[in-house]
Amino acid sequence: MSKPMHDTPMLDQLESGPWPSFVTGIKRLAKDEGKPYQNMMIDLLGQLEHSYKTRKGYWKGGTVGVIGYGGGVIPRFSEVAANYPASKEFHTLRIQPAAGMHYDTKIMRQLCDVWEKYGSGLIAFHGQSGDIMFQGVSSDKVQAAFDELNEMGFDLGGAGPAVRTGMSCVGAARCEHSCANEQKIHRILVNNFLDDMHRPALPYKFKFKVSGCPNDCMNSIERADMAVIGTWRDEMKVNQAEVKTFVAKKGRKYVIDNVITRCPTNALSLNDDDSLAVDNRNCVRCMHCINVMTKALSPGDDKGVTVLMGGKRTLKIGDLMGTVVIPFMKLEAQEDYDKLREIAEATIDFFAENALEHERTGEMIERIGLVNFLEGIGLEVDPNMIAEPRQCSYVRMDTWDEEAQKWFTRKAEEKRAAAAG
Amino acid sequence: MPPRMPIESGVPDPFQYMHPLMARNFGAWNYHERPRPGVLCHTAKSGDKIWTVRAGTQRQMDLYTIRKLCDIADEYAEGYVRFTIRSNIEFMVSNEAKVQPLIDKLTAEGFPVGGTGPSVSMIAHTQGWLHCDIPGTDASGVVKALMDELYEEFIKEDMPNRVHITTSCCQINCGGQGDIAINIQHTKPPKINHDLVANVCERPSVVARCPVAAIRPALVNGKPSLEVDEKKCICCGACYPPCPPMQINDPEHSKLAIWVGGNHSNARSKPTFQKLVAAGIPNNPPRWTEAAAIVKKILRVYKEDARDWERLSDWVARIGWPRFFELTELPFTKFHIDNWRGARRSLNASTHIRF
Ligand code: HEM
Ligand code: SF4
Ligand code: SF4
Ligand code: SF4
Ligand code: SF4
Repeated sequence: MSKPMHDTPMLDQLESGPWPSFVTGIKRLAKDEGKPYQNMMIDLLGQLEHSYKTRKGYWKGGTVGVIGYGGGVIPRFSEVAANYPASKEFHTLRIQPAAGMHYDTKIMRQLCDVWEKYGSGLIAFHGQSGDIMFQGVSSDKVQAAFDELNEMGFDLGGAGPAVRTGMSCVGAARCEHSCANEQKIHRILVNNFLDDMHRPALPYKFKFKVSGCPNDCMNSIERADMAVIGTWRDEMKVNQAEVKTFVAKKGRKYVIDNVITRCPTNALSLNDDDSLAVDNRNCVRCMHCINVMTKALSPGDDKGVTVLMGGKRTLKIGDLMGTVVIPFMKLEAQEDYDKLREIAEATIDFFAENALEHERTGEMIERIGLVNFLEGIGLEVDPNMIAEPRQCSYVRMDTWDEEAQKWFTRKAEEKRAAAAG
Repeated sequence: MPPRMPIESGVPDPFQYMHPLMARNFGAWNYHERPRPGVLCHTAKSGDKIWTVRAGTQRQMDLYTIRKLCDIADEYAEGYVRFTIRSNIEFMVSNEAKVQPLIDKLTAEGFPVGGTGPSVSMIAHTQGWLHCDIPGTDASGVVKALMDELYEEFIKEDMPNRVHITTSCCQINCGGQGDIAINIQHTKPPKINHDLVANVCERPSVVARCPVAAIRPALVNGKPSLEVDEKKCICCGACYPPCPPMQINDPEHSKLAIWVGGNHSNARSKPTFQKLVAAGIPNNPPRWTEAAAIVKKILRVYKEDARDWERLSDWVARIGWPRFFELTELPFTKFHIDNWRGARRSLNASTHIRF
């Protein structure tokens, strides 16, 4: 026989309204007679209602893990266990989903079965870092639950000062804008650093996120220490017949107001015959016109990625955007992917050695300067890395000539390489 | 028996779970259309077509909900689903005839179909009182309450452009960036329980964590503890995770603040972070009506005044911040003027003024 339900007048109010209610879901678990999680969910509701009443949280951390790993389980112990003993231990397993978050129903059901047997019956698809969060398991069942998930092909994600779970957009699987193989990049990068994920020993967290085009559906620019974003460098593809169809359907004014004048670099113009002229040298690949005219316009053929580093949220010096460190690199041959992996390795090594405790990559770059960081990971400076050159003259420049010579040498080499084809 | 060691398999290969039509046309899609809100139709270079029906979920799902979604996927779709970054679920079908029955079933089971194109998508959220150890408010509850209010905006495509809303239950802001971000804002310095500091806090790392160097080691009642220079403290709460006796959450004084104009896409303008527009909003469970009212007002004005394809940030860039405050009737205060590192960049060093 289960224990009685707590009164939850405030949570009950979250059962009304048209949006699906997590409270109704938790209540169903709490009413699930005879299930191992029933009492846990009754007390979880009690504690949550208590939080709603007092406007305070009552979880504290601790240490819980699985054998062989140092992180990936988020321990939660209740501070009000005297009143709600059955949810006293309510830990979360962060589990990495397949890249792009694809599931078939068979695997979804298997995931549910594991959580029915060991956990609370509550699963979040997905956390903000991209993990499937299996929420609510007692300490004695953590290992068994993980073992079963692990045997099914799933692994713990990151927590603490470690490489974290990565994210990639649906991209090539279903999006015509995709300029990269997002899932391959995602898996190569994260899977190369599993030791740094499972045994947290970095100064702080490190996140990889991959988007297939500059629409950046994964928000990698703002939230990833290393953001890999697909792009192209030849001319965008224009299907003039489709342009004309679009103009005929929407009208010239619509096209001028919504496409031509919205181009951030004035790279577009509508010809008198309703075909489109694109000044590709000035297109910054922002995606806007391609987003509007999905049938008529698409990225070019010479695809690759831009890499940005140092994005993060508020703590401790405020939000930072990622900064371009590689304007363009091809990702075709295996060597290209190896090179990307090596850049990530150099970055994490440099981060591990040079960041202060609890300092993200972006903060480290701010503290030491972008140039020192680039030298540390072996990348050359490039004007695409800046919004504008230095304004302040208070700088020592006695090696100017050598630096200028480096630039000329590099340019000459690039020219030779291009000529050699 | 030796303990079982983990199989360090990392990120699973998605092809084993991917709709076969998507796997077959991987990297070879041609264009897409949106036949109606909540539905995408992608055409591959091969001529194959796939329809995606997108539905909102409550993110924190019980087994029954997940199994119901699986049943729907098996009976009305083709057995495959995927999730978006904003916790929407997507069902893929290879035949247009399956779209309407799938929509009808999802709607009948209480899963709103929408979240595509110029709509308000599901709010990205964090953990809150349900599971985090430092939250000033709830997450799933705030989002449920707000999505009830924004339901029509989810199932329709009535906005000038897409609207991403995010919430965060402490100032660490795990919730992320959005066109509208609703975040906790602590307004009082931490209250220190000196009896506990010596036992549970690693004092040097707490001191190092403070962004404004307001924390100093101190002897209190003869015991090693910490003290906070309250004039310096910006109430960020960063000291609380490593030192829970530095209580920052306050049922009365931890308020909500609203920020707008964050946009991570590179489309048109460069990516931007969101800016403060409203604060001092009471943290009122279970329906957070005051916050909802402000969000709805901002959305209403945006919808009326912005042009097609303008994200909130693009719209404000065109009309200017003074007009934003005028149109939304939100008070402009001294707190809107940045005084953090690099603040001068955010001041108006021109005579560009709209009257
Ligand atoms: C005790 C402290 C903290 C707890 C319990 C906590 C908890 C969480 C949780 C549960 C998530 C979602 C994880 C997932 O779904 O995989 C998350 C994500 C996140 N956390 Fe925290 N967090 C803590 C501290 C911090 C700090 C100090 C920062 C600040 C820099 C931070 C920044 C973030 C960010 C930015 C995300 C979103 C990640 C992304 O989208 O990439 N968190 N946190
Ligand atoms: S980031 Fe680009 S490629 Fe990826 S899903 Fe979004 S629009 Fe498509
Ligand atoms: S992609 Fe952007 S920058 Fe390039 S032409 Fe189109 S609107 Fe202009
Ligand atoms: S925003 Fe703060 S309180 Fe909310 S889940 Fe993240 S760390 Fe916890
Ligand atoms: S709340 Fe922030 S500013 Fe205040 S003492 Fe703590 S860390 Fe420092």
